Amino acid sequence: MPTLKQLAKREEHFVSGHRLCGGCGAGLVARMVMLAIEKPVIVGNATGCLEVASTIFPYSAWNVPWIHSAFENVAATVSGIEAAYRSLKRQGKIDKDIVFVALGGDGGTYDIGLQSLSGAAERGHKILYVCYNNEAYMNTGIQRSSATPRAAHTTTSPLGKVIPGKVQFPKDLPSIMVAHNIPYVATSIPGRWNDLVNKVEKAVTFDGFTFIDVLTPCRLGWPHEPELTMEISRLAVETCIWPLYEVVEGKYRLTYRPKEKKPVVEWFKPQRRFAHLFKPENQQLLEDIQKEIDKRWESLLKKCEG
Amino acid sequence: MKVARTGNEAFAEAMRQINPDVVAAYPITPATEIVQIFSQFVADGLVKTEFVAVESEHSAMSACIGASASGVRAMTGTSSQGLALMWEMLYIAAGLRLPIIMSVVNRTLSSPINIHCDHSDTIGARDSGWIQLFSENVQEAYDNLIQAVRIAEHPDVKLPVMATTDGFILSHCLETMDMLLDEDVQAFVGEPPERPNLIKSVKDGKPITLGALDLQDYYFEHKRQSAEGMFNAKKVIPEIGKEFGQKFGRTYTFFEEYRMDDAEAVVIVMGSTTGTAKDVVDVMREEGKKIGILKLRVYRPFPAEELARVLKGKKAIGVMDRAEGMSATTGPVYPDICAALYDIPEGRPLLLDYIYGLGGRDVTKEDIRYICEEILKTADTGKKDYTLKYVGVRE
Ligand SMILES: Cc1ncc(C[n+]2csc(CCOP(=O)(O)OP(=O)(O)O)c2C)c(N)n1
Ligand code: SF4
Ligand SMILES: [Mg+2]
Repeated sequence: MPTLKQLAKREEHFVSGHRLCGGCGAGLVARMVMLAIEKPVIVGNATGCLEVASTIFPYSAWNVPWIHSAFENVAATVSGIEAAYRSLKRQGKIDKDIVFVALGGDGGTYDIGLQSLSGAAERGHKILYVCYNNEAYMNTGIQRSSATPRAAHTTTSPLGKVIPGKVQFPKDLPSIMVAHNIPYVATSIPGRWNDLVNKVEKAVTFDGFTFIDVLTPCRLGWPHEPELTMEISRLAVETCIWPLYEVVEGKYRLTYRPKEKKPVVEWFKPQRRFAHLFKPENQQLLEDIQKEIDKRWESLLKKCEG
Repeated sequence: MKVARTGNEAFAEAMRQINPDVVAAYPITPATEIVQIFSQFVADGLVKTEFVAVESEHSAMSACIGASASGVRAMTGTSSQGLALMWEMLYIAAGLRLPIIMSVVNRTLSSPINIHCDHSDTIGARDSGWIQLFSENVQEAYDNLIQAVRIAEHPDVKLPVMATTDGFILSHCLETMDMLLDEDVQAFVGEPPERPNLIKSVKDGKPITLGALDLQDYYFEHKRQSAEGMFNAKKVIPEIGKEFGQKFGRTYTFFEEYRMDDAEAVVIVMGSTTGTAKDVVDVMREEGKKIGILKLRVYRPFPAEELARVLKGKKAIGVMDRAEGMSATTGPVYPDICAALYDIPEGRPLLLDYIYGLGGRDVTKEDIRYICEEILKTADTGKKDYTLKYVGVRE
């Protein structure tokens, strides 16, 4: 595990000049993931904010070989790259170790890309898949995804006169990935750089498919003040909405335990997509959400003990 | 070496001999056997290929894109719904200028679901930037797939190629064919020419970005460059076909002219129907009827000028269209031929269209004879009574 000082001295692979919004969490995640990997790396990126804003021809913010092909298939695209590498290695045409990274948003990962993700995980390609999960389709203008939290206002789960934002709770994708029996699954946030860097470093040591789900604030879609990006991601952890854990070879471990579990409203407060939850008529909804979060947290703790 | 092979076996054997670095594929009738046979080659260690048994055709093409973008030779095979599911990625493979090679077994598209032959799958992909080769028989399918490698990877082309057979008619039909020696195929396809690619860029320490966002200020130039690759393919395809002929005795170009020399009427046909049509025309020739066949092998790039050159002076031409383009005018090949003939200054041939054989409907000698007689009648009278007829359907 490098110190922050050591990390700062490493060569940057995701560099400035991209056109992500100021305060965008996705850029921070990309930068930290890349800093954590010291070996040569090839990156695949699904369609979405990160891809669109970082490679506007003729510019590129990627200081490593990088490819984008489409939205729902980054896991398959990188499978092909990794297969090519295996083939070349077997033929003795390359000896360098290369790390393969797939990056996708929650839309490209939880929803439209779930099939190709599952396929690549099941086949066991040696790929680190990082989902920068900003809990909606941001690139197309903040539509709900299956990662969008209950009650969040998005443009396709809007706050209306009769429906108060998204009706469903988010899908538990990390569990789905654990069910693939892959060697490493973890959650993280940009607000704890050491957690993220550590997990990426660890993930790439496994001989197989690994997956990290990174809750990634979007200041435009959640929306929040741009300077709050890191803080908000930490609030999700402190409220146990987004617990930090890892699952190594099927074994769960909490990697950070909040000193004092904060009520979920603390996380909702700085984000306007939840503003309606503070109206008296939504009191019950708020309580329901707290209950569900408590239930999910307890169930996770059990897994970690067991 | 003379052997008996089905179309699927011939494709699989050609793949083994080409020995690609990566194959990513998914089963679908009637192309399934290609993947099965090839998997056995992998399991038996007969190829150096990394085989990726993907979870869909969309992922098959995506993985081929990843592999090809890494500089290696990548192949796949599919049919019908599989090709339709790849559709998005077909354009991306071509746009990224990746010389992926695919065997396609022509099968109709749902709905209604049907597993038999027509050309609607391949023709549906005609605008995707893929070069498309049609095969009359198993031999041609085999030869086409081998040539496809050289065409796709030619530095002036750099576009993906699909070589097709007709579902069941060729894919499952045993024919005698001449199978080349492994080393001859290896020598013919050679090592893939080096292209800028992801793994090379790791080796060189010079990172590249592929698949960037290309807006109003650059997209058009890049599309224009791709189109140039397709224009260049018109030069390259006959060159490779000639070289193939010099080495192996079977020469290929855009189309084959059969008994065309003094023909006044011509029937244009693609794929396996050509064989039956040749029998019919042989008989009609003996009866003194001046009819010939033009078998279109290369559908994309479309050899418009070349066609105009040989069709000029003919009195009437009939197109046999094995797809319903749903345009409420004609089948899809007809407008292409029509456009090719349009600039003939004088004596432009009359043009008729016959949609036939959809969903594997058997096409009989009688059907073809009927079509030929209609074309001849039109040639005789110098007047056409209709543009489109459906042949072999209950109406
Ligand atoms: C097949 C397909 N469907 C839809 C789109 C339009 N589209 C582009 S990006 C995107 C949403 C991306 O959401 P996500 O993966 O969460 O990434 P984000 O933009 O939030 O970073 C959509 C719907 C597309 N490019 N391709
Ligand atoms: S919309 Fe959100 S995810 Fe997209 S660039 Fe802006 S802050 Fe980042
Ligand atoms: Mg998103």
